[in-house]
Amino acid sequence: MNALVSPNALQGTLRPILSARSVSRFYGERIGCAEVSFDLWPGEVLGIVGESGSGKSTLLRCLSGIDRPDAGEVLFEATPGADFLDIFDLPEQERRHLMRTAWGIVHQNPRDGLRMDVSAGGNVGERLMDRGDRHYGRIREAATEWLTRVEIEAARIDDRPRQFSGGMQQRLQIARVLVSNPRLVFMDEPTGGLDVSVQARLLDLLRVLVRDLGLAAIIVTHDLAVARLLTDRLMVMKDGRVVEAGLTDQVLDDPQHAYTQLLTSAVLAV
Amino acid sequence: MSDQPEMIRVEAVSKTFTLHNQGSVRLPVFRDVNFSVRAGEVLVLAGASGAGKSSLLRILYGNYLPSGGRIEIRHDGAMVDIASALPRTILEVRRRTLGFVSQFLRVIPRVSALDIVRDPLLARGVDAAEATERAGAMLARLNLPERLWALAPATFSGGEQQRVNIARSFVDPSPVMLIDEPTASLDARNRDVVVDLIAEARSRGSAIVGIFHDESVRERVATRWLDITHFRAAADAA
Repeated sequence: MNALVSPNALQGTLRPILSARSVSRFYGERIGCAEVSFDLWPGEVLGIVGESGSGKSTLLRCLSGIDRPDAGEVLFEATPGADFLDIFDLPEQERRHLMRTAWGIVHQNPRDGLRMDVSAGGNVGERLMDRGDRHYGRIREAATEWLTRVEIEAARIDDRPRQFSGGMQQRLQIARVLVSNPRLVFMDEPTGGLDVSVQARLLDLLRVLVRDLGLAAIIVTHDLAVARLLTDRLMVMKDGRVVEAGLTDQVLDDPQHAYTQLLTSAVLAV
Repeated sequence: MSDQPEMIRVEAVSKTFTLHNQGSVRLPVFRDVNFSVRAGEVLVLAGASGAGKSSLLRILYGNYLPSGGRIEIRHDGAMVDIASALPRTILEVRRRTLGFVSQFLRVIPRVSALDIVRDPLLARGVDAAEATERAGAMLARLNLPERLWALAPATFSGGEQQRVNIARSFVDPSPVMLIDEPTASLDARNRDVVVDLIAEARSRGSAIVGIFHDESVRERVATRWLDITHFRAAADAA
C-alpha cells in the first residue's frame, strides 16, 4: 500500500521519441552548443530559453537535422515502437525525407518555411504529396480544413502567401507543418517579429493545437511568457551550455542558477 | 479518520533561497518540516506572514524546489516523491491527483470562463456535453452571471476572476488539494459557497492543505492545524 515506486516506472513501457546525447557544435574556436543531453517523451513540449548567442538556435538546428553536430548523437523514433535512428547516420536523402514527413519545422520567418510563389492551398497540399498522397480532391479538402483550423478563410486558398499579413503567413506555415501529422515539431521563435496582439492569437492557436494533437514539440524562445504558456519543461542555455532544466513553472518561479535568476528577474511579469 | 490512507507525507523538508545576483544572500525559510495528511482531512497552515506558508504549499505542488527532504503524494495507489520526480511525472500527478487553488487566475488570451472551468474535466476524459453542464452549474453556484460565461476573463473584476478560478478547481475536486487564500477578495455570500465546496471535497475524500487569511473561514474548514513558525526558528538557528 505504501510502496514507493520510482517516478520513471509510472509511464511503464513508453519510450522517448527523441534522445539527444552530448550534442556539441563548434564554430572554429567558439562554442555553438556543448554537451547537451536530454530525452523528449511523446506529447511533451520542451522549451529552450536563453538570450541571443546562448546557443539555443544552434542546438535546434542540430536537433532538427539541419546542421550536423561535431560530436554527439540525435536519436529519433520514427514510428511508435520502431528502433532509434541516429539521424546523422542516415543518408542525406533519407534524413531530408524524415524531416519532411515525421517532423515539422516552424521557422521564425515564415518566408523560410513557405513557398512564396505557390498558393496557400498549394503550400499545405504539397506536404501531403510528399507523403505520397495523389488524390487532388482529398488534398484540397485537407488543405481547406487546415486553413480553417489556423483561422485563415477558406476563400483565400488560391492566394499567394505574399498577399497575407505576417501573422497569417505564420499561421499558414503552421498549417503546412501540421497537415502531414508529424510526430515531432520544432519551432524557432514562432511568435518573433509579430505584433503583441497577433502573438496572443497565434499563441492560443498553438496551445490548443499542441494539446489536441498530443504533439511532442521543441520550442526555442527568448520570451519567458511564451515558454510559460506553451511548454511543460524548460532548458535554460548560456554560452552554449544548459545551466538549468526542469518543470517550466518551477524553473520560472524558483530558479536555482544565477543566470536563470537574472533572466526571470529581468522581466516585469511572466 | 486514522483508517483513511495517507495522501501526503512530508519528510525532513527544508527550504533556503539563495539570491545569486544579490550578493548570494541565503534566506533560510524552514527546515525539518514533517507532517502527513490523510484522505478527508483539512490541514490549515498557521504562522505569521513571512513564515513560509505559501512557499511550503508551492513545494508540495512541485512549483518550488525543496532544498532537502521528500514530498510524497499518493497517486494511483502508490507514493510518488514530488521532490525527485521527472517533470512529466509531476504533470501527470497534477492532472489527475494534485490540484492547486491560488487567489489569482492566470488569464489565457481568448479562452472563455466556461472553457477554463471545463478544461480539467475534459483533461480527465469527461465528455464535452457533461463537462459543459457541470462547469455551468459550478459557475452558477459561485454566482457568476451567465452573460459572462462566454467571455474571456481578462476584463473581469478580481473577485469574478477568483470565482472562475475556484470553479475550475472544485468542478472535479482532486484527491489532493492545495489551497492558497481562496477567499481573499470574495464577499460573504461567495465565501460561504467556498466553505461549502471545501467541506464537500473533504467528504468526498480529498486531502486538503490550505492557507486561509479569514479567521472565520479557517475555523469552519480546519480539521487540523500546523503552525510552521517553529520550523522557521529551526532554520534561523541553523
